[in-house]
Amino acid sequence: MKVAIIDYGMGNLRSVLKAVESLGGIPFITQKQRVIQESDKIILPGVGHFGKCMQNLKQMGLIEILNKEVLEKRKPIMGICLGMQLMMEHSEEGDVDGLSWFKGNVIRFHVSDKYKYKVPHMGWNSLNYIKNEIKHNIRNEYYFLHSYHVTNVNEKDILTTTVYDYEFVSSIQKDNIIGFQFHPEKSHLQGLQLISDFLNFANV
Amino acid sequence: MFRPRVIPVLLLKGEGLVKTVKFKDERYIGDPINAVKIFNDLEADELVFLDILATKEKRLVSLDFVREVGEEAKMPFAVGGGIRSIDDIKNVINAGAEKVVINSAALVDVTFVKEASNTFGSSTITVCIDISKNFFGKYIVKSYSGFQIKNNDPIYYAQQIERAGAGEIIIQSIDNDGMMNGYDLNLLKQISSSVTIPVVALGGAGNIHHFREAIKSTMVSALAAGSMFVYHGPRKGILVNYLNQEQKDILRYE
Repeated sequence: MKVAIIDYGMGNLRSVLKAVESLGGIPFITQKQRVIQESDKIILPGVGHFGKCMQNLKQMGLIEILNKEVLEKRKPIMGICLGMQLMMEHSEEGDVDGLSWFKGNVIRFHVSDKYKYKVPHMGWNSLNYIKNEIKHNIRNEYYFLHSYHVTNVNEKDILTTTVYDYEFVSSIQKDNIIGFQFHPEKSHLQGLQLISDFLNFANV
Repeated sequence: MFRPRVIPVLLLKGEGLVKTVKFKDERYIGDPINAVKIFNDLEADELVFLDILATKEKRLVSLDFVREVGEEAKMPFAVGGGIRSIDDIKNVINAGAEKVVINSAALVDVTFVKEASNTFGSSTITVCIDISKNFFGKYIVKSYSGFQIKNNDPIYYAQQIERAGAGEIIIQSIDNDGMMNGYDLNLLKQISSSVTIPVVALGGAGNIHHFREAIKSTMVSALAAGSMFVYHGPRKGILVNYLNQEQKDILRYE
């Protein structure tokens, strides 16, 4: 199973790579259109700044390719953290439009007490299951690291929510497209299980 | 329910791990890669490696070492030791580290932190602040590179680091280092309620009750420790250890 991990040219993708490898997938960290076209699955990882990432995707000529692979060919794609946010219509971070695969936008945490609820929300948190698609009988504890979160999402697309001062959407799915606000690749066994589910998810 | 991260901090000297008491009396602990393997099995949240001689010897932490850890570690890890340029950060990240820990270079010039966060994103940049009480019982920021600090007030400095865009701050108490009788809660309280970025507590933790105290009475976001995760029992036998699941659950809060 070939897995294209999109490289925006920012941050370290080691943990995603290692997770895919450990599950028997063949990961390619790539910016090349052909590698993405020839892959079985795509991962949009979660490092960097929304505005800069969209700009990089544009400059690398990847937006059209991604739209084609994901929307037309219905290739399974998993967005992690910023990778999930990129799938929305718009973000406050850089005030730019996203890929618009989901209805909704990305806003900064607006906590009630900025000393008590530090931003970024960095640490372990649990999921409230709105749907049971990603529910497993392992620990309900996943690693989060983000200052922005999605909002105004279609209710039918919401898989889970999480509470940090208030409730926000922490994972979404629409057909072959899935997005996690947390980092499954940094969430021990329970995270690996989600990546394994994704790798085993058959093309629609 | 939110659970703060629990982070073993491992000190590197030459090729081995050591543990200090009040930044002195280094004791040899063992092979770092072996420790990484054990922490993998114990499902540690993340690791921090600090090369305690790098700045003194005016060199960068060994990139071969970072690569070796990167090959082995299943969890994210941060690396500190002699990091003072954008190239240094690039090299350490490319070698496999998730984050870098900046200490002396931030004291010399806080704009370095700004440049670093702009280049790599805040979440890649951690600043460690070493603090001790002076003769009059006042907290002061300490420099170990011989640099003279103009304003050594920890709150002032922590806020400067926050403004420069660092992703988190490790607050290390020198006086409590290796003592294992609890964090300096007063210090942690003061700093964690003065900045809005995550604060990592370090220095003094000896057991899980110290973690709970810190969560209850301060606004820290993560709990770090050295001795606690390499020593066992009252005689301090060397044994790499970590919290079990039940102990992790005790740290959860709304």
